[in-house]
Amino acid sequence: MDINHRASILIGESMNFKGRDIISMRDFSKAEIMHVLNTAKKIENGNYSNLFSGKVMASLFFEPSTRTRLSFESAMNRLGGKVLGFADKGVSSSSKGESLGDAIKVVEGYSDVIAMRHPLEGAARLAAEAASIPVINGGDGSNQHPTQTFLDLYTILKTKKTLEGLTVGFIGDLKYGRTVHSLAHALSHFGAEMYFISPDSLRMPKDDLNDLKAMGASFHEVNDLEKVIGKLDVLYATRIQRERFPDQLEYEKVKNSYVISKKTLQDARKDMIIMHPLPRVNEISEEVDGTPHALYFEQARNGVPIRQALLALTLGVDV
Amino acid sequence: MKELKVSAIRDGTVIDHVPGDVVFKVVDVLNLEKSSETVMVAANLKSSRIGQKGIIKVSGKILTKEEVDKIALLAPNATLNIIRDYKVAEKASLSVPDVLINVIKCNNPNCITNNDSVKTKFTVVSKDNIRVRCHYCERYIDKEDIKVL
Ligand SMILES: [Zn+2]
Repeated sequence: MDINHRASILIGESMNFKGRDIISMRDFSKAEIMHVLNTAKKIENGNYSNLFSGKVMASLFFEPSTRTRLSFESAMNRLGGKVLGFADKGVSSSSKGESLGDAIKVVEGYSDVIAMRHPLEGAARLAAEAASIPVINGGDGSNQHPTQTFLDLYTILKTKKTLEGLTVGFIGDLKYGRTVHSLAHALSHFGAEMYFISPDSLRMPKDDLNDLKAMGASFHEVNDLEKVIGKLDVLYATRIQRERFPDQLEYEKVKNSYVISKKTLQDARKDMIIMHPLPRVNEISEEVDGTPHALYFEQARNGVPIRQALLALTLGVDV
Repeated sequence: MKELKVSAIRDGTVIDHVPGDVVFKVVDVLNLEKSSETVMVAANLKSSRIGQKGIIKVSGKILTKEEVDKIALLAPNATLNIIRDYKVAEKASLSVPDVLINVIKCNNPNCITNNDSVKTKFTVVSKDNIRVRCHYCERYIDKEDIKVL
């Protein structure tokens, strides 16, 4: 047995995801991330229409998020699984004062896996501790949204054929944008060179930058996209939300300085891709949609194979 | 000399070498005002080791793990003496553990631990200059912002 083979067996042994929860990107090593992405690729390119037959996913949306919910449900339905659940705070038991743990213990009797979204940070971790079946976090407040990060990584991998050593720019609201924090953290495993492009009022939080430093990541904070756009393989844009600004004049000033248009892209590399977790407001003008740079709609579609991969791995069905 | 400052107790716990500024904080987090046992508190004693110190003596009390962890956070250099029949039966110095359960309140109002009946849990990420991270919401809290439950 050669060394590579032995190493791959060793990795294979530690790659048992059956019964595991998907709560936070902090819980995943580089090898585990790659295993999820490779499984998504296999599912997307294979014929697995009955992969989830006989399996039920509980879809518990304590906070509405139509996109994430539909993506989870499509992931399950398309491979022969069934879905039950709710998507309205009004009908969830939490409004009757029941603890989250109790609510989860009831639901696990009806299903094989739980996909959930909750407005409070840490809710998914708590649910996972209460449940004996796997819990997949579809967003817990402003904390984590790991399926989004996995689909972001999958989109980059599919387009660039590698995650190693890329130059990635993040633009917009880097202070509150949890997708940015999470993706930057994940890309640190792959030696990315990162540019954080934002107004001073929306810079990356100090704690996140400290985490990146601790992981040995290489990054720069800048105010202007023009100065760095020519270096980028990927430009990840996020929405700047009006409600984040106490001063509306400041918002008006800032929102227009970070609009990506065809003109902004003049100096961009031909193969630079633009990603966005959607929905967008005016960060990317519609004229960009028809250019080869625009990858955000394909990115959203990639949510289905990624969620299928995470469901398959945690359910322990063979891919 | 030192034993004369605060009268001796027969059985219980003596918390010694508590820095002057946290003596009453320790009394507070151990909920000693509500204790039915004899509690003796001496503050502003001279200590060659830490300048001003305080001693807290509680009759008939054995500290729980949670209480010991709380003292370790507030007064990492304090010593604990378990007293049996007026004698020091055990002496222990404190150390901050790797995980703190039900010891700290999370500062994030949107954290599930502030909205549901669950014990808080924090990972200690740095012990020199204490820094912890909430197991649930994943926020960091620095030493000066830590609120002991
Ligand atoms: Zn918390």
